[in-house]
Amino acid sequence: MPRRLLRDGRIVEDDWSYRAEAEGSARSALILTFAEWQSDRAAWTARGGRLGVILQPADRVESLAPDISRLELIGAQFSGPSEGRGYSQARQLREQRKFSGELRATGYVRRDQLFFLARCGFNSFELSDADIEDAAGALSTFSAAYQPSNDAGLPFKLQHRRRETPAGA
Amino acid sequence: MYRYDVVDKTLVKERVAQFRDQTRRFLAGELSDDEFRHLRLRNGLYIQRHAPMLRVAIPYGLLSSTQLRALGSIARRYDRGYGHFTTRQNIQYNWPKLEEVPDILAELAEVEMHAIQTSGNCIRNTTSDHLAGVSPDELQDPRPWCELIRQWSTFHPEFTYLPRKFKIAVTGAAQDRAASLVHDVGVHIVRGAAGELGFEILAGGGLGRTPIIGQVVREFLPREHLLTYLEAILRVYNLEGRRDNLQKARIKILVRSLGIEEFRRRVEAEWESTRAAGPRVDDAEIARLSGFFNPPAYRSLANVEPAAGKSTAFRAWYRYNTVAHKVPGYRAVYVSLKKPDVAPGDMTDGQMELVADLADRYSFGEVRVTHTQNLLLADVEQDKTFELWQTLEKAGLATPNIGMLTDMICCPGLDFCSLANAGSIDVAKLINERFDDYDYVYDLGELEIKMSGCMNACGHHHVGHIGILGVDKSGEEWYQITIGGAAGADASLGQVIGPSVAKTDVAETIARLLEVYVEERRTDERFLDTVRRLGVKPFKERVYAAPIAA
Repeated sequence: MPRRLLRDGRIVEDDWSYRAEAEGSARSALILTFAEWQSDRAAWTARGGRLGVILQPADRVESLAPDISRLELIGAQFSGPSEGRGYSQARQLREQRKFSGELRATGYVRRDQLFFLARCGFNSFELSDADIEDAAGALSTFSAAYQPSNDAGLPFKLQHRRRETPAGA
Repeated sequence: MYRYDVVDKTLVKERVAQFRDQTRRFLAGELSDDEFRHLRLRNGLYIQRHAPMLRVAIPYGLLSSTQLRALGSIARRYDRGYGHFTTRQNIQYNWPKLEEVPDILAELAEVEMHAIQTSGNCIRNTTSDHLAGVSPDELQDPRPWCELIRQWSTFHPEFTYLPRKFKIAVTGAAQDRAASLVHDVGVHIVRGAAGELGFEILAGGGLGRTPIIGQVVREFLPREHLLTYLEAILRVYNLEGRRDNLQKARIKILVRSLGIEEFRRRVEAEWESTRAAGPRVDDAEIARLSGFFNPPAYRSLANVEPAAGKSTAFRAWYRYNTVAHKVPGYRAVYVSLKKPDVAPGDMTDGQMELVADLADRYSFGEVRVTHTQNLLLADVEQDKTFELWQTLEKAGLATPNIGMLTDMICCPGLDFCSLANAGSIDVAKLINERFDDYDYVYDLGELEIKMSGCMNACGHHHVGHIGILGVDKSGEEWYQITIGGAAGADASLGQVIGPSVAKTDVAETIARLLEVYVEERRTDERFLDTVRRLGVKPFKERVYAAPIAA
């Protein structure tokens, strides 16, 4: 059964494959681990097709920095209910590295986290079948926020209490 | 004080709805114990020894009389008629029913209160100086900054799943009355070279299993950058703090292992790349927030001597339980929650309602909670203190002991807490029974006894002039004694005097420590100063010289 995702607020079938799933479909959109990607960047690039990389919690965003323009998907792996590094990785990717492709949360992802994940810049979420049907509603758990963040993935515009300062100020 | 606007109201109401749904899913079996634990903890709900424990935030310790009345009403209807004020200016209920917690939260929301982020590995309630705005030694009122941090930290999307809990304290006075040096981050309002206000930022302080005094990360931070700098510290911690070992996950361990220079370098590097786009604090916003903390409508009064010609009991209370106010004719008045036969920090529903009434009558309708587990009426006319005292006295809230031996800080201990190794409330009771001669207690002067039932150090024992730590010895409750700790601007960690002692010997051990002090002290020297001058040795020798007869 194809994997389903919540992407940009809608449930869709995943059009990306992890390496283990991708045998035989040589030019499909392929997701690599950061280690796989690092082991042979040139070969993966030469392969053609869309490429994505999943960061483990301890992987550093800056070590992916030279490659960001070549990637259409970057993911963060959540290893369990207390893992929180992916939130910072996401903001670094969106705000410091200006990554504008698909930012995916995978691993331990539950609907109670979605609001915060989305505010950090994630726009796609791998969820269990039990969670996915109701998950879109979790994106609007709160209708306001106190702090500016990266709300690109949210289907609505949050009202920030404080004025956001223009860049460079 | 700060009043909610439509954004605040919306957020707390949406939180109640979210938590009601999470509780429903848990009770319906849709969420496992572990999944629900991560959710309820971020909403102040622990599962304790006897029942759930709900911790409610009192941001920087400030309460309106309406809020205190609501806390009393909740204590009566959902708990067993009392609540416990904690060392971080929160209140805890020890007996709520899990299925009723959403209703309690809904009632709290009606009076602009909540339990958001009062536990769990996230940014906790921001604490501050309980004398903010009234103390003569203050550079600037820290409360507008506390409120700014409260808002910024509430539901911060990036910092809700930190390696461990994260506590921030803000002070704006010469004396540190918020224990900021033992917080994950301490924010001190200071003046820069041109006289402008900004902040000194400390990080890496904390108690618990590995007590450490915070170190300066930045000596002067221009005030518009407060939030971006805090975000940089939090981001470095979130990414690099240890997650493999709960005992080593606090920021203090990261700061210690990197060293303060390297930690600072990483924070500054992160800050350089984020501050331009981050939330800058503009003066208009701070002016707006400051408007909520304008001084009340003080009357034009002269200082008086209300104790003159009054009873000894009132004179003692006035001397120990009231402190100077920056406005002539006024006094800040402590409501002591340290009556000898009551657990330190506990207050009944009726007492809460009474103090709410007294706040309306005598102190502009506001009450503060201190980190030493007392309450404070900050703005009382000096010549009303006598009638106020009469009412407090009848209600058991005028024990004249603020800052004295019997004003002990104490965690709930083994009686309530599932983490504790040993009881603390009953030890407090034994100490109170032993030191019931107030002339002796007053002669000893300023003396802070702080007691924790386990290593987690909720009772701040490391920074007690005398610290008492409950330990488990083959299933028996024993107590390790430290001396020489302090929590203020001259913070220090206490040193262990020797082997731990049995519960029945704690009071005698303290008595022996105090004997040495009384013999050795110089004029005006506090117990703490004598310990600092002489070291632990003479105290240790006296305590262990002879066995304590049971």
